[in-house]
Amino acid sequence: MRDGVAEDFQTGALVLLCVAAWAIPGAGHLWLGRRAKGLVFLIALPLMFAIGLALSGRLFPFDFSQPLVVLQALADLGIGVPYFIANAIGAGAGNVRAVTYEYGNAYIIVAGLMNLLVVIDVYDVALGRK
Amino acid sequence: MTSHLLLLSGFAFFVSLVFAVLAKDHARDQLRFGGLLFAGFVGAAVVIGWLMFPFPI
Repeated sequence: MRDGVAEDFQTGALVLLCVAAWAIPGAGHLWLGRRAKGLVFLIALPLMFAIGLALSGRLFPFDFSQPLVVLQALADLGIGVPYFIANAIGAGAGNVRAVTYEYGNAYIIVAGLMNLLVVIDVYDVALGRK
Repeated sequence: MTSHLLLLSGFAFFVSLVFAVLAKDHARDQLRFGGLLFAGFVGAAVVIGWLMFPFPI
C-alpha cells in the first residue's frame, strides 16, 4: 500500500514535470537541475516561435474536416504557453500572400515539434535513462 | 527579412542548436555536432538549390 502511494506520487510528479516541460519550454530541464540546457530551450524555442509569427506564419485552427490542418494545429500547440499568448493577442492570423508565409509556418511548426522532443527528453532524464 | 538564404540559415541554426543540446551533454560535443548539423542543413540546401537550377518550375 505504502509502495503504491509512493508509486502514484512518482507518477503524478512525472506527469506534472512533463506538463511543465510542455507549457514552458526548458522548464523541465530547469526543474531537473540541468540549467544550461533548460536556458537554451527557454530562449531558443519561444524565439523561433516568435520569429515564425513575425514572418506572417499562421497558427492553424483545429478544423477536423481537414486532417492535415489538425496535424499542423497539434504541432503549433506543441510550444505550450506561447501558443496561448499568441492566440490571446491575436498573433498568428497568417498572411498567405506574404513571401515569408511558408517560412513562418515552418518556424512555428518545428518550434512546437522540437518542444515535444524536449518533453520526451525530460521524461527520459527523469526516469534515469539519460 | 525576405532573404531565402538568411531565413534558411536561421532555421538551420535553431534546429541544429536544439538537436545538439538535446543529443549531447558536453559543450564541446554540442558545438561539434551542432556545427556539423548546421553545415549539413545549409550545404544541402545550397547543393540541392543548384541541382534544381536547370529545371525551373
